[in-house]
Amino acid sequence: MLLFIEQALNGIQFGLLLFLLAAGLTLVFGIMDLVNLAHGSLYMIGAYFAATFAALTGSFLFAIVLALIATLIVGMAVEVIAMRRLYGRDHLDHVLGTFGLILFFNEMVRLIWGPAGLSLPLPAWLNTSFQIFPGVYYPTYRLSMIFVALAVALMLYLIVMRTRVGMLIRAGASNREMIGALGINIKLLYTFVFGIGAALAGLAGMMQAPILTVQIGMGENILILAFVVIIIGGIGSIRGAFIASILVGLIDTVGRAFLPDILSLFLSQTAASSAGPALSSMLIYLVMAVILVLRPEGLFPAASK
Amino acid sequence: MRTLIAAGAVLALAAGPAVAQNKTVKIGFISTFSGPTAVIGQDMRNSFELALDHMGRKMGGLPVEVIYEDDMQKPDVGKQKTEKLIESDKVDFIAGYIWSNVLLASLKPIVDSKTMMVVANAGPSQLAGELCSPYVFSTSWQNDQTPQAVGEYMNQKGVKSVYLIGPNYAAGKDMLSGVASTFKGKIVGQDLTKWPDQLDFSAELSKARAAKPDAVFVFYPGASGVQFLTQYAQAGLKGQIPLYTAFTIDELSLPLQKELALGVPGAQQWVNDLPNEQNKKFVADYRKKYPGLRPTFYGAQSYDAAQLINSAVVAVNGDLSKKDAMRDEMRKANFPSVRGPYKYGNNHIPIQNFYLQDVVKGEDKEFPLSLKTVATIVKDSQDRFHDKCPMKW
Repeated sequence: MLLFIEQALNGIQFGLLLFLLAAGLTLVFGIMDLVNLAHGSLYMIGAYFAATFAALTGSFLFAIVLALIATLIVGMAVEVIAMRRLYGRDHLDHVLGTFGLILFFNEMVRLIWGPAGLSLPLPAWLNTSFQIFPGVYYPTYRLSMIFVALAVALMLYLIVMRTRVGMLIRAGASNREMIGALGINIKLLYTFVFGIGAALAGLAGMMQAPILTVQIGMGENILILAFVVIIIGGIGSIRGAFIASILVGLIDTVGRAFLPDILSLFLSQTAASSAGPALSSMLIYLVMAVILVLRPEGLFPAASK
Repeated sequence: MRTLIAAGAVLALAAGPAVAQNKTVKIGFISTFSGPTAVIGQDMRNSFELALDHMGRKMGGLPVEVIYEDDMQKPDVGKQKTEKLIESDKVDFIAGYIWSNVLLASLKPIVDSKTMMVVANAGPSQLAGELCSPYVFSTSWQNDQTPQAVGEYMNQKGVKSVYLIGPNYAAGKDMLSGVASTFKGKIVGQDLTKWPDQLDFSAELSKARAAKPDAVFVFYPGASGVQFLTQYAQAGLKGQIPLYTAFTIDELSLPLQKELALGVPGAQQWVNDLPNEQNKKFVADYRKKYPGLRPTFYGAQSYDAAQLINSAVVAVNGDLSKKDAMRDEMRKANFPSVRGPYKYGNNHIPIQNFYLQDVVKGEDKEFPLSLKTVATIVKDSQDRFHDKCPMKW
């Protein structure tokens, strides 16, 4: 039972990380109708920035703040320089263009930081484990990731639902011509939305950096899961992305943790431990398929679609 | 006039390769040169190049040409590149291969075309057993051998129970079964994780903690080893449950693992401080040629691969059609290996010593942490699959 609680926490933590990635992706996809495969590159850039600033300043928190600002700027620059040219075109062009960006970013990172990767060490106060129940220890850092991601989710919700910018974002998602006709600078709005999306991806990258190492191409695998999340959640819906991320995180972790044991009831130990992870990584896609059959628009489709 | 020059140029181009082909030794070298594990490929190439430098870039009087190909850590890409090297580049030798799954996928075109090959890292059990081939040699090991040595060491340390964690591919499975074959205590659990994309081990670490073992054994090559050690410490397991590894701590991962690697023993057939002459030269010249870097065991095996090929070419005086004579020479392992002398088993896998390596502080002026040979765990270890190999000589 205690193990189950611990694994559920692991799943929620992973899910919230996915949420940070998926939120930006779904904002950009839902509002700007842009398929951005290079979202994972911004995740990588965020991590590289955080590691660099941490080495320069010696402070973990300061590095995160600086890296967030830097990623926001890079995101807005990418929007102005590259993405703007893609809006009028169809999705295939988006895929091609943003795939090119992935190659560009990977090569740029290799030129600047070299092929070996960086590490982002945790400060001592975060690098411990915390007793949540008697006998259940959980890494403090992972716990703090849960809190940060929840706070970001709440903030995002408030911005989108309670502010003027949020109102414009929602209006833009429903009818972009109308909002342009009302005299809103849609170009600026798009740059802002893309920047926010980039900063969220960057935040995911820098939070993941102390757990994984910072390396070239680190965003590519996790991006596939982020796409699964926005498809399950409904494209353009922040709420959908939130619930779907937690769902995917839990399925992935709990599947990995318990499937081999369940399989070993009727398979040999070796067969079970090699089939388990394979099956659990398929599980997410199975769930996605079932959800798409029942609700082709996803669990919480954005109101306009 | 212009057409004449152009015609001359075309002729020269057409004639060039045809003449050159008979006068060079062509080696195709497959490794991973892109993605997160590119640093391993880089080290293998560096060491191979250094070996060629040491030979004056000639083997048996013939100039050497190396074609490096990137397998992108994917079996299908590796196979495709292998076929390209054999069919369109018509190489005389193939060398390299980090990953067991890439090697297994690429084996058939090599054996079918009877191309001589030297594996510089991967050691899947199949290659040592039923898939052994008169054309394939290894300068590394069979995957199980290193973890078998770790299992022996755990016995010596009186470990009673162990939890095993590794990646779910050919080598990961070999590693875990390797430990299991020599470890005398109880295996209380094991996990194979999705490879190469799963890098978060929270679920597995929680399970390992709940199983309360005396020790955890882990195999994660390249950067994933850094991630594993980091997460092991973050979960509060470092200091609580002793960790034993194979191929997880090396000169590439150590600068990133830093203090986390202290007190984590591993086994290896080559450590940078082995005291033989060839090794001293290899390590010193490597560091001179590639400032800021140290060679790894991957590099040591690549260096030996170049030497093994050289010994074969020298033995036939550059007549590369004499494959039987080259094979006979290679079976003698007649060259100064950087690990010290070793022999070949009937399956062309080395019979060699395995050393206990430990991480120490302050032995190297340039690097704060380095690997050190502490003891010999097993002498003249032969892989446990050689009986399944039908080859006899």
